[in-house]
Amino acid sequence: MVTALNNAAARFGLDIGTPLANARAVCPDIAVVDADAAADTQTLNDIADWCDRFTPLVALDPPHGLLLDISGCAHLFGGEAAMLDTMCHALKRQGFAVSAAIAGTPACARALTRYRSGVIVPDGQEAAAVKTLPVFTLGAEDTITRGLRRAGLKSVGDVAARGRHEIAARFGADFVARLEQALGHRDAPISPRKPLPTYIAEKRFAEPVATDGVIATTLSALGQTLIGSMNRDGKGARRLEASFFRTDGAVRVIGVETGVPVTRIDIVDRLFRERLDALADPLDPGFGFDLIRLAASRTDDVVAAQRDLDAHVHDSDAVAALIDRIAARIGGQRIVVHLPQDTHIPERATRALPAQHHFAAATVAAWPERTEGEPPLRPLRLFAQPEPVEMLADFPHGPPAAFRWRRAFHRLALIEGPERIAMEWWRLGDRDNLTRDYFRAEDSDGARFWLYREGVHRREVVNFRWFLHGLFA
Amino acid sequence: MESARIVASSTKDIARRRGNTAGQNAETLARLRSEIGRLEGDVAQFGGEDGPPRVELGHREADATLQGGLLRGALHEVFAGGAQAATATGFIAALAWRVAVQRPLLWVRQDFSERENGALAMSGWCELGLDPCALVMVHAPDSEVALQIASDALACEALGAVVTEIWGETRHFDLVASRKLTLAARDSGVTGLLLRIAAKPAPSTAETRWVLRAAPSRPHASWQAWGAPVFDAQLVRNRHGQHGQWIMEWNCDECLFREVPLRRAAADSQPLAATPAHRPHPAATVAPWRRTG
Repeated sequence: MVTALNNAAARFGLDIGTPLANARAVCPDIAVVDADAAADTQTLNDIADWCDRFTPLVALDPPHGLLLDISGCAHLFGGEAAMLDTMCHALKRQGFAVSAAIAGTPACARALTRYRSGVIVPDGQEAAAVKTLPVFTLGAEDTITRGLRRAGLKSVGDVAARGRHEIAARFGADFVARLEQALGHRDAPISPRKPLPTYIAEKRFAEPVATDGVIATTLSALGQTLIGSMNRDGKGARRLEASFFRTDGAVRVIGVETGVPVTRIDIVDRLFRERLDALADPLDPGFGFDLIRLAASRTDDVVAAQRDLDAHVHDSDAVAALIDRIAARIGGQRIVVHLPQDTHIPERATRALPAQHHFAAATVAAWPERTEGEPPLRPLRLFAQPEPVEMLADFPHGPPAAFRWRRAFHRLALIEGPERIAMEWWRLGDRDNLTRDYFRAEDSDGARFWLYREGVHRREVVNFRWFLHGLFA
Repeated sequence: MESARIVASSTKDIARRRGNTAGQNAETLARLRSEIGRLEGDVAQFGGEDGPPRVELGHREADATLQGGLLRGALHEVFAGGAQAATATGFIAALAWRVAVQRPLLWVRQDFSERENGALAMSGWCELGLDPCALVMVHAPDSEVALQIASDALACEALGAVVTEIWGETRHFDLVASRKLTLAARDSGVTGLLLRIAAKPAPSTAETRWVLRAAPSRPHASWQAWGAPVFDAQLVRNRHGQHGQWIMEWNCDECLFREVPLRRAAADSQPLAATPAHRPHPAATVAPWRRTG
């Protein structure tokens, strides 16, 4: 089946939907490439990335379309006509076939692009613009389009002239909505790929830039602008995104997150420096960047704390800034704080959460108190996966005497236990897990282990298996 | 300027006292030594904002050898064999807690170390008498990144201590790297602690270097099978004093190291509770016993 073809093939009379055998019969030496839907989607996404330079509101219109909301942007590019021209020209130069239109509603613009390129419809004249278009431009299903033609309704104008209830009865309410949108009587919002950032600052270059120094300076200057406008509104950035638009169309977006709202340019600078230094695949300028944009995609209100009387405010700020820098370098998931969990299963007793978001909560967390005068009851190091050991014990009633772990033999001198920890049967995943009897054991050298045997004798298991779960200090 | 003035006055002292008796000479020498020691000491020592520059461990002999305790704003190394990882972790956690004094503690560890020796468990951390609230954990993919982050973090004055846990030998921790850490620690006054598991001690610019082994513990009460963690700590490098080896017990309630009288021979595995002279203990009256099951 032919899914796409170029102009040369179209001239031979081939059509989309023709079986490949028929196409080969028409034109024996036709060049065939397998359709790759994933690659098509990727390309469309890449083009959408590139289109971000015109407006932050870009929506995908699969399989081959893009919708750009250019409200309020056109004057930056010298008016709508100039903008359309620039865009089409640049895309054509990159080797794409483009058909574009500007109209008051997305559906109207979409209908126009299906028929001819370069149309700009002034506000309120959508109905007149689409009147002469054939019905297929509405983009409805094949059955509807065929049905309309069979009914003698060749153009959109013909359909619009009929009563809405007639159309709805024959072709469904969805089609009527589509028609209304194309005529400009009803509007439908587009759903942009990315949420609209609250603050954006960008810099265009007449000559592409490629050196690290210029990039750093530009980012710094953009940061200054961004922070300035955020400060006026009493906001601070929680997530910043720097987009680098390469001259060849590739776009690279690099984001940094912060734990507390950032209001100072030196912090922004340092975060981006860390992030850019630590990139696994460094920023490749190619032939240079012609646009660098800095956007604050998440912001928070800044609560101005009284700083001079309380030294701790400074301290926690400094620690939060350090956490942000480390997170920018190695990733937010790799720097964690711990919060207690209300469970007696040892491996679930703590939860590690990203420090960026939970540092404040962790500093006031209520941990269970230890019993005064008792030696440690829980090990300092805990294995994620308990390690099986070979135990010598006078089973079933005697205590363990010696065990072998990682090829080393440990003769136990002191032992305390068992401490029975039953699994949480009310959890679905825990029902099949066996009860554990834990022993605290010290070998003749003073090394201390947390051992357990799995299962209750005769009720759950016949032969015990022993595991080493942790190591005491 | 300060140092120049003091050195000048010291030389004048020497000139004035030349020809005195041997006893006076020894006294002068001791005074000069202490002055030089003071000059060589860290900058934070003279800042005097954040409490004493040395934090006492609680073990009297060790504190005496360390001239009052562990120096803050310096780099300290703790080495241990692969099998002694948990012991060394406990020791360094205790040191970090002593020097941090309620300030946040950054623990940077290499991923491999967790696979090999288990993750740091907060329940165990609590049981040692430490507070997990102030602990921030960094999971570094390898030793190079871990050291980079450590040197960055040591510059942050708000931290109490930075612990870097590295498993095995690494070529990234050379003299240059250790000098970098030392300088960062000295400038900020934050103490750097380096935990080296399964590594051999090598030259570095550290203030002290410890080699850790576990020692048999000693129950305090008759119902206890074992006691608080006991460390066999060997001080193999001390820039401002002598070396030594001590058996220290970590007191989980007071968060201090304590002496353990060496009455219990290694061969004798029976827990014989010893009574320190200054602190009579009821356990001393209990006959030797063996606890099982």
